[in-house]
Amino acid sequence: MAALKVVRSGSRLLNGFQSLLNNPRKVTCGVAATVTKHPRWYCVSHLSVQERIERKRKAALSGGGQQRIEAQHRRGKLTARERVELLLDPDSFVEYDMFVEHRCSDFGMEADHNKYPGDSVVTGQGRINGRLVYVFSQDFTVFGGSLSGAHAQKICKIMDQAMMVGAPVIGLNDSGGARIQEGVESLAGYADIFLRNVMASGVIPQISLIMGPCAGGAVYSPALTDFTFMVKDTSYLFITGPDVVKSVTNEDVTQEELGGAKTHTAVSGVAHKAFENDIDALLNLREFFNFLPLSNKDSAPITECHDPSDRLVPGLDTVVPLETTKAYDMLDIIHGIADEREFFEIMPNYAKNIVVGFARMNGRTVGIVGNQPKVASGCLDINSSVKGARFVRFCDAFNIPIITFVDVPGFLPGTAQEYGGIIRHGAKLLFAFAEATVPKITVITRKAYGGAYDVMSSKHLRGDVNYAWPSAEVAVMGAKGAVQIIFRGKENQAEAEAEYVEKFANPFPAAVRGFVDDIIQPSMTRKRICRDLEVLASKKQANPWKKHANIPL
Amino acid sequence: MSPLRSSPVFRSASGSRGGQSHCLWTQSPLTRAFVSPSLRLVHVKMADEAVCVGPAPTNKSYLNMDAILEAARQTGAQAVHPGYGFLSENKEFARRLAAHGVTFIGPDTHAIQAMGDKIESKLIAKKAKVNTIPGFDGVVKDAEEAVRIAGEIGYPVMIKASAGGGGKGMRIAWNDEETREGFRFSSQEAASSFGDDRLLIEKFIDNPRHIEIQVLADKHGNALWLNERECSIQRRNQKVVEEAPSTFLDPETRCAMGEQAVSLAKAVQYSSAGTVEFLVDSKKNFYFLEMNTRLQVEHPITECITGLDLVQQMIRVAKGYPLQHRQADIPINGWAIESRVYAEDPYKSFGLPSIGRLSQYQEPVNIPAVRVDSGIQEGSDISIYYDPMISKLVTYGSTRAEALQRMEEALDNYVIRGVTHNIPLLREIITHPRFVSGDISTKFLQEVYPEGFKGHQLSDSERWELLATAVALFVAAQLRSQRFLGNLSDELETCSHVCLPGNSLVCRFLQVDLDGKRVDVSSEWNLASALLPVTVNGTQRTVQCLSRSASGEIDLQYLGTSYKLRVLSKLAAALNKHMPEKVPEDTSSILRSPMPGSVVAVSVKAGDTVAEGQEICVIEAMKMQNSMTAAKTAKVKSVHCNAGDTVGEGDLLVELE
Repeated sequence: MAALKVVRSGSRLLNGFQSLLNNPRKVTCGVAATVTKHPRWYCVSHLSVQERIERKRKAALSGGGQQRIEAQHRRGKLTARERVELLLDPDSFVEYDMFVEHRCSDFGMEADHNKYPGDSVVTGQGRINGRLVYVFSQDFTVFGGSLSGAHAQKICKIMDQAMMVGAPVIGLNDSGGARIQEGVESLAGYADIFLRNVMASGVIPQISLIMGPCAGGAVYSPALTDFTFMVKDTSYLFITGPDVVKSVTNEDVTQEELGGAKTHTAVSGVAHKAFENDIDALLNLREFFNFLPLSNKDSAPITECHDPSDRLVPGLDTVVPLETTKAYDMLDIIHGIADEREFFEIMPNYAKNIVVGFARMNGRTVGIVGNQPKVASGCLDINSSVKGARFVRFCDAFNIPIITFVDVPGFLPGTAQEYGGIIRHGAKLLFAFAEATVPKITVITRKAYGGAYDVMSSKHLRGDVNYAWPSAEVAVMGAKGAVQIIFRGKENQAEAEAEYVEKFANPFPAAVRGFVDDIIQPSMTRKRICRDLEVLASKKQANPWKKHANIPL
Repeated sequence: MSPLRSSPVFRSASGSRGGQSHCLWTQSPLTRAFVSPSLRLVHVKMADEAVCVGPAPTNKSYLNMDAILEAARQTGAQAVHPGYGFLSENKEFARRLAAHGVTFIGPDTHAIQAMGDKIESKLIAKKAKVNTIPGFDGVVKDAEEAVRIAGEIGYPVMIKASAGGGGKGMRIAWNDEETREGFRFSSQEAASSFGDDRLLIEKFIDNPRHIEIQVLADKHGNALWLNERECSIQRRNQKVVEEAPSTFLDPETRCAMGEQAVSLAKAVQYSSAGTVEFLVDSKKNFYFLEMNTRLQVEHPITECITGLDLVQQMIRVAKGYPLQHRQADIPINGWAIESRVYAEDPYKSFGLPSIGRLSQYQEPVNIPAVRVDSGIQEGSDISIYYDPMISKLVTYGSTRAEALQRMEEALDNYVIRGVTHNIPLLREIITHPRFVSGDISTKFLQEVYPEGFKGHQLSDSERWELLATAVALFVAAQLRSQRFLGNLSDELETCSHVCLPGNSLVCRFLQVDLDGKRVDVSSEWNLASALLPVTVNGTQRTVQCLSRSASGEIDLQYLGTSYKLRVLSKLAAALNKHMPEKVPEDTSSILRSPMPGSVVAVSVKAGDTVAEGQEICVIEAMKMQNSMTAAKTAKVKSVHCNAGDTVGEGDLLVELE
């Protein structure tokens, strides 16, 4: 009995409170009775139990049955188990709760043919390139992947364990929504998951891959996780579907327009990236996973690297055009300095005036933030500030050094931006950079004007190493605007402009004050950053104790 | 005049970006003129002093005599080397330099004028007893006159710009209709390229070889011929691969051609280096084509086999020194081949210009007997303003086979990323049995690739080799991605998956089983390097991994051509059949710009009905006018460009219904 107690208290921890409160007697009595009091009966029934185990296991493996699996395939989607198999290293998946069944007894749900071992989700843990990860994969072939109390309980169980051992959770979402037959129990299930998403936030990386529908309250779980990826053409995220939209607002909109991958990666910014199909998405997720530490106690991973850390990048010496008004592609710089030119861009199609994503420097994961002069001159606006801020906070939470490339003419002016609250949204990026305690390296490639200079990981916000390229200009504003203010009404504006350019349109004003640590040749940038990262690997910095900060949301 | 520059300095300068700029000779060391966008090009950096002569469009800079004269004045230059192209054959430029007391390193104005005009040059050649092509010795006034003259000479005829060169403003016509069209295009191109729209017509010699004789003459009446260059491999009348000597000429023909070339040079009191171009038919009859009164792009191959430094010789001659050599001193030592590496898409009419930023660039100079003349480096922009030449790749060997072998190796080891380039075509040409046997003509490309160039066609064994390499690369990358440093437990664990010989990063040797066929692949598997030397079943090769994605897509440049492959695990491959096919855009009703350039004319408007093959608009890029035609008969839905617009590759021009 003592052993049972342990199991019971253990399962309380693992399963969460809800599952035990549902039916506590079944768990305790059933097992105790068979083992201790009727040994002979146990032996006799042993075979039949074995058979039943086999039968259940087989049923669990076939999900909603062959017909529904074929239907799933016809939609161009893989099954929950195929997805898990593809995501994880071969033979590494350890499944939990294969025998869990839903407990609904209304609307004929209690009938045997309505019970599916494992219910509508596959959960467990496994390895990606040898590193531990917890996974749940919703099974659309069982009740359309709808979320029952048991389904939620299974997800909660792996999330709780992931938190305890310190390993990421990946959710593969493919669910029609709540199990309507279960009513409030289903809603409670969602809330249980939400709570765990929030508790796990900043403790372990959480990734959602939307591989089918995800509607209603269900969308908030992905929204709470660190990264949301989608599969093009087969996944949707929305609060309410097109029919409800039509009846409420009289808008005619397709599923794809309302909540398809394109909408969320380019317009709403809800999703961070979209992939061509299930296979493409899962294989990319494996690659993405390699960038992440396992938890907030783990350091940024270092993979084997063949790219020399002292490699010179001659192309960078010519990347910034001579004319200050001419655009260039910040990605040219990022690809130039990164190990093997590899850059996993986050939100590549949203707020394109800022570029964020992961790369490696001498094998070590780094987060890269860069203004993109090619789009809207690289200015900061509402969307780019929010995009940048969320990325910086993820890196800071998970010990990933941040490298910032600055070419920013300022914040975007105008009523659209002011009415939209550029002040409080811009503050998010400022807040994120300021509070970050991971190694922060900043390179000013060209313009760093006005408040935007301060925001972009400046020395003043505890930048560890701040560099300027010879083309850098740190100033309150560009020459034209400045001269109109300083020399208002004076003739010979051109001469004044030339004087201003001579004084401010170069890295010296910042360098003489120590606001940049050095002026470096662009081709040396990779070498310098790699060396700095080695030095900063042991950086220790803490913010004052607080319950939590109050970021301007 | 300053002492002669040592040739290596000049060499690098002269080779830069197709020699599209000018060297100014001053008391102070080497000065170069350049245009503002090229401030950062190699040749400008290597110069001791550099002067900007204007913005990128050539008519405002390299063709702007005032700017160049001013540059010469500022720097106190005593001589100007005009490079090739631009003002190198402009008599007015030479005259004005002379008026300013600056030496023009090249022939004097009289020779430039005489040879620069194709009509006059032909008359002089005839007088000098040089074989000439039958044709009309005068300027053609209009399209109708062109048709009449063409009828007299007999088709096919060649219409070309009187002031032209380099294939610009040149069209071949096989009937009256083509003559009219050719006349129109040629005169437009001639006007925009040379500022002179005079045209002439001559008999077109079918299936000829283009062989030219390098001549060198001094101001004392001495002239030499420095053997020939075989330049028959051309597309759109522009040279692609050249070699010296030619496999076709016997000593007698060579000597006859050389002597005629020299007699022409003497007839115009030529001084400096020059080139006399001939067409040679299958019976070794040769006809004078034209004389180029400048250094040619392909001069390095002559230098390779004769040992003469032509630029040095030009400077000596300009200074007034007599020639150092006699005809008997001029040897043919070994064999040299030049490939013109262009930023062009060879799959579109053997090369339509492409632009972009050279994100990675490595010249194969580690291979012995390889010379690369270029003016660009990693990070350079290939812009729409100039010929899209990236470099001249020259290899030398004691035999032709050796030179070809080195060329093959050099092309395989040439890393160019960021722009589309013609290395696939170059490599195919130099390994084609017809080329290797010397069986070539100016129609080589059209004959060998009548359907257009489609890249290297893999043999069965090459296919296996390519697949095995891709699979091995995939596995090597997979194995490496399991290796995390600084975490002991992870390290121990991953080791069990991987057989690690000694200290090396991943398995060097991989065995690939392709449908029961065993292929051994070994390499250092340096996944960061652009070049991937592999040994496949004992054969050594350098392949290039152009890109590698998480979802198993691998682009390999193998035997010059790039192949898109996809490697999947068995599981992923089995599941791949369920993945939906994505429908690609229907391109027949959409006309996109095949290259970056500017729109010269739009011939249709929305609502018009166009026939298949009808001209829709004309795009000019790199000074070539390209007629864009409808892919089907349809009504024009919308027009997205106007004359004068600048368009990028892939930009939507016109939509059909």
